[in-house]
Amino acid sequence: MLKSTPFHERTAPLVRAQTWRRWAGHQVASAYEPHPDREYAAIRNSAALIDVSPLHKYMIGGPDAARLLDRMVTRNVMKCAVGQVLYTPWCDAHGKVIDDGTISRLDEGTFRLTSAEPNLRWLSMNSVGLDVTIDDISDRTGALALQGPLSRTILQQLSPADFGALKYFRLVHTSVREIPVTISRTGYTGDLGYELWVDADRAVDLWDALIDAGTPYGITPAGIWALDLARIEAGLVMLDVDYFSSHHALIEDQKSSPFELNLGWTVSADKGPFNGGRALRAEKARGAAWGFVGIDVNWESLEQVYAERSLPPHLPAVAWRGSAPLYRDGKQIGYATSGCWSPLLKKYLALAHVTAPHFAPGTDVRFEVTVEHRRKPVSAVVRRLPFFDPERKKA
Amino acid sequence: MTAGDGLRAPGSRSHYDAIVIGGGHNGLVCAAYLARAGRRTLVLERRPMVGGAAVTEEIFPGFKFSVFSYVVSLLRPEIIRDLDLPSHGLQILPLESTITPLDNGDYLGTWGDADESRRELERHSPRDAEAAAVFGRLMHHMAMAVKPILAMVPPDPASMAPSDLRSMLKLGGHMRELGAERFHALYKLMTMSSADYLDEWYEFDPLKATKSASGIIGTFLGPRSPGSAYVLLHHYMGEIDGAFRAWGFQKGGTGAISESIAGAARSFGAEIRTDAAVVRVLVKDGRATGVALSNGDEISAPVVVSGLDPRRTFLELVDRKELPPDIVSAVEQYKFRGSSGKVNLALSGLPEFTCLSGSDASLRVRAARGAVSISPSVDYLERAYDDAKYGEFSRHPYMDIVLPSMIDPGMAPPGKHVMSVFVQYAPYHLNGGWTDAKREAFGDAVVDTIARYAPNIKSLILGRQVLTPADVERITGLSEGNIFAGELALHQLFFLRPAAHWAKYATPIRGYWQCGAGTHPGGGIMGASGRLAAIQIAGSSVRPVAQAKSK
Repeated sequence: MLKSTPFHERTAPLVRAQTWRRWAGHQVASAYEPHPDREYAAIRNSAALIDVSPLHKYMIGGPDAARLLDRMVTRNVMKCAVGQVLYTPWCDAHGKVIDDGTISRLDEGTFRLTSAEPNLRWLSMNSVGLDVTIDDISDRTGALALQGPLSRTILQQLSPADFGALKYFRLVHTSVREIPVTISRTGYTGDLGYELWVDADRAVDLWDALIDAGTPYGITPAGIWALDLARIEAGLVMLDVDYFSSHHALIEDQKSSPFELNLGWTVSADKGPFNGGRALRAEKARGAAWGFVGIDVNWESLEQVYAERSLPPHLPAVAWRGSAPLYRDGKQIGYATSGCWSPLLKKYLALAHVTAPHFAPGTDVRFEVTVEHRRKPVSAVVRRLPFFDPERKKA
Repeated sequence: MTAGDGLRAPGSRSHYDAIVIGGGHNGLVCAAYLARAGRRTLVLERRPMVGGAAVTEEIFPGFKFSVFSYVVSLLRPEIIRDLDLPSHGLQILPLESTITPLDNGDYLGTWGDADESRRELERHSPRDAEAAAVFGRLMHHMAMAVKPILAMVPPDPASMAPSDLRSMLKLGGHMRELGAERFHALYKLMTMSSADYLDEWYEFDPLKATKSASGIIGTFLGPRSPGSAYVLLHHYMGEIDGAFRAWGFQKGGTGAISESIAGAARSFGAEIRTDAAVVRVLVKDGRATGVALSNGDEISAPVVVSGLDPRRTFLELVDRKELPPDIVSAVEQYKFRGSSGKVNLALSGLPEFTCLSGSDASLRVRAARGAVSISPSVDYLERAYDDAKYGEFSRHPYMDIVLPSMIDPGMAPPGKHVMSVFVQYAPYHLNGGWTDAKREAFGDAVVDTIARYAPNIKSLILGRQVLTPADVERITGLSEGNIFAGELALHQLFFLRPAAHWAKYATPIRGYWQCGAGTHPGGGIMGASGRLAAIQIAGSSVRPVAQAKSK
């Protein structure tokens, strides 16, 4: 039996087509409506409300909390200000990524770590000799992502906090109609958006308050299908889709370094010793073997391969997760791991791993599609990520 | 290079490579392609904003309306791509459904989900629910065969020129691929009325009425008029492009589409001047040399493109003596006959449709995010046409109702709504002509008809804008208020749009071109006329850099 989230009694009646999916041992909505179009549109046009409670959440306290996290992740946690949030991957000793998530400095001595997979064991192993407390608060904390251009307007109706002053990747402890919450300006959509963290026993009240105040602004509960479209446009990687944890990889080839995931920017150059630090410095010096890039599939070329079979192009209604080979000059130079039709950009996009030196933006490649059971190469171009980066995200 | 060239402020230049008259969406598309091809291009728009009939205006404080054209249906995918419109603000939001209230208090719904639509139709007619699948496939195949025409400069069938013959052959090829059965169906579509054609497929009258409504929009035809069936096909062409998902509601209203095209045009270097009315195209020795503005300014260019309708392009902007008599008489005979009006309402809340009162709240909300079609029966539509045929507006008109604020909350203040009501029939040639009193009477007839289906509507109205075809003509310049710059009827399509031998965007005056919806393929916010005109004017240089062919 899968676990349900603290919002289940509100979300369950809304899942009209019973399109549920599994996420970290929880049952969550793929979409509330049969198709994610409108839910996706809310992310880019009004505001979408997404239950992200299945994220693993750990509270880390004690005098050495910062040191523990700093030792574990690639970013410099010693420089993390109170009220700041860091997005970061963390690596094994060989510089291969185990997981990625956020670190929020809730106060001077308390951090919250979120992750895609359970990390309690890894946290414990890294805390040897350190004076820290680690508390798995996953089941006690509900999390909602409120994402979209009107998300700020909605929160302003509900909370006394100054959202105009809340910068990108900062958080505030406040209340929503008397419900204590922590609100961080973070998300997985690449848009203006917030994540709200609440005690599980007040979760339903928070949901109701947001729906109530958000309805005149078009607030729309959205599922994972809609989120997936947005995160591909935003060029954000997903564990077990775009990369595999080095803890689970069966062979070396299944592992990736941060540089190979377009996360080189998260590898601090000025911090003290950390897991994988030496390997990552060496990799940086010699250059990564793989790049993680955007792929923009050429429409005319796609139309052509379908027209050969007298068909209009078939587009995925939801994002696909799998593996599509990429070729250049007849040789395979990489593979795409997720892709979608972008309803906003009107482009067929994919996220892909490409070997050096083929990852320069503008490189012409061939992307493999299957048309009527036949594999066809279609023209495509390598793009810099993210595909979509609106000013409002950070404004 | 003269010293003055670099010093002139932008906007004061008096010579360009190309001038486009009219900043409607086709004019803007044409200008964008010309600018992209390296032509120094100027767009001149009479009104203070670009867009023509695709404009968003805040008619009442806080309430924004797509004043005339209100949905995006057939905007050409190649234009979206070539001009990269999404980066200039194109953002199309899904429209969820169509609800037709029935006379017995029930409703007929068409939903975004095919299964849900089929179940809904089964509720009314299990036979029709099955027929719909077969009908859909047939229409799909015919639309596939006919669709390439939209992206084609019309060949002249009477011409023996190699390019015309090639195009005709290509066209013949498409038709042959159809096979006999579908070709016969296509022939029927071209000749029958939509009511008769749908009778061959369906039994449930409100379904036939709602489907046939799409065949009468913008024309002076009723559902029982021969020729109305063909327009059904346009609907399915939109569905094929549905793969590209360009159908829906533009964020910020249709004016935002015009703005996005204008943004693209500017990014390629085009200049756009508003409040700049062209009164005359300057012609010397049978050649266009520029334009004269209402303020007396003259601007010269070797290429002048009119985005206006054929009547204005041929009979108003140039002197008739510059034209051969056959084109003059062809354009004089070209039918406008505006037949529709628009009522825009600012509402204090959501209207409650009686037919949905038994449904749960979530269905009511979903229905409010789609269209409501007032087309309860074929007879209802035909009677509405009967009124118009004899010079009156319909006492009980066909209406296509949308609540854009339910789709884009930015269109109205929080909790309040805007309602867009497309109304047919409202004939341009009304008995006694349109007056302020007639306009208000027309508005009353519309609101009274809505009130039959949503009784609380009258108590919600905070503001009402009524637009008759005469108003559409006065504001947008579209002759006789025809929303398609000339009827989309078979005798005015393809190589006859706007006139035989002059369907390839050229005119008898060298350097003077046409790019408005009065040329092929015209109609809706499609942009194809503007693009094809630019291709004819600038040749292959407007086409994108050739993509490497895949094997």
